[in-house]
Amino acid sequence: MKDLIDIRELSTSEINQLIEVAKEIIDNPLDFAERCKHKKLATLFYEPSTRTRLSFEAAMYDLGGQVIGFSEAGSSSAAKGESVADTAKTVECFADIIAMRHPKEGAPLVASQAVNIPVINAGDGGHHHPTQTLTDLLTIAREKGRLDNLTIGCCGDLKFGRTVHSLIAAMSRYANLKFVLISPDELRVPEHVRTEILEKDKIPYEEVHSLEEAIPKLDILYMTRVQKERFFNEADYIRLKDSYILSPEKLRQAKDDLSIMHPLPRVNEISTAIDSDPRAAYFRQVKNGKFIRMALILKLLEV
Amino acid sequence: MIIGSITEGLVIDHIPAGKAMKIYEYLKLEDLDCQVAMIRNASSEKYGRKDILKIASHIPLDYDLLGYIDPHITVNVIHDGVRSEKYHPQLPKRMTDVIRCKNPRCITSIEQELPHVFRLSDEEQGIYRCLYCDTRAKE
Repeated sequence: MKDLIDIRELSTSEINQLIEVAKEIIDNPLDFAERCKHKKLATLFYEPSTRTRLSFEAAMYDLGGQVIGFSEAGSSSAAKGESVADTAKTVECFADIIAMRHPKEGAPLVASQAVNIPVINAGDGGHHHPTQTLTDLLTIAREKGRLDNLTIGCCGDLKFGRTVHSLIAAMSRYANLKFVLISPDELRVPEHVRTEILEKDKIPYEEVHSLEEAIPKLDILYMTRVQKERFFNEADYIRLKDSYILSPEKLRQAKDDLSIMHPLPRVNEISTAIDSDPRAAYFRQVKNGKFIRMALILKLLEV
Repeated sequence: MIIGSITEGLVIDHIPAGKAMKIYEYLKLEDLDCQVAMIRNASSEKYGRKDILKIASHIPLDYDLLGYIDPHITVNVIHDGVRSEKYHPQLPKRMTDVIRCKNPRCITSIEQELPHVFRLSDEEQGIYRCLYCDTRAKE
């Protein structure tokens, strides 16, 4: 494995191995503190990102490496019209590994084809974001102690939410899972996710409208934001928006060991009153993002 | 209507009715100097109607491309007036610059130099997706 562009490129054993290395890092961070000494990560971010870029940079610093790069297209040669491939070839002269975010789908793949150093897709438009999915898998593994035998609820915008599609695709390889897809009709999981993943792999799932009715049976609740602009009319948005907000009242019906996840940023879909509930895993999820990225950098640099 | 048989060249047969022009364009047959005959809506015992292309020259053919247009197409190679070989093109695993990605969010929409590559994502249903953005190819 030279690059990570799409989570589907990883075998189950590779995913499990990354999770195990991430857990080792969590247990013994000092053992890894100099593993990337004299190595450079280039973060090529053609669009703004807080969490992902800082997570990659923190991961590389915690491995003893250094970081170069840019955080918006305007401060790179892209503003002068340079192609993604040419930028990647230039950066290859300075860095050992690239993490790229780009608003256009497929840009990190183009970069990976142009260079010999590893390229990590740090998000290409609404397409792939494999390190977010790895983050989600590590979080589930740490919160629940397993990646199989789970009932996973995905709530909110399941149509445009790429994290949900990737999570379903990545989890589909584990045994005895059940998905409860909670959304308004307008924001259902796309047909290709249902037919090409869930139905093809014979994974049981149900589609429901009510978070309140679904919540008692869930082991994991993966929340996403319902955005106003996704609705055809404002009346529908106003009618539905509160249905997909997780409040302490709704949480009363949930299992004691439910884990609440969210790719963040959150707007109002999870009440801040829930942040102190031990079941709120979303900030632990952010932290896991750094550890799994450290594991990934180690694997790709073969150090 | 009588169209004479060829003594040297290729006969592309069992083209779904109405698709001969598409093949003509894809294979850039308009650039050839040799005789090219297009027969449309010929009767076919197997398919009802079919199109046929006769090319009086041994041009190099992209069999994968023909397989993409329709896997039922057959290619007959004619030597000295008789068929010497017969091919059944398969669905190609990958196609470059045959179809164009129309997704405005795809990197190919802003980088003109990039080849438009589509991969076969579902062999049973013949579904192709853009290598870069996974958008499904539409005819």
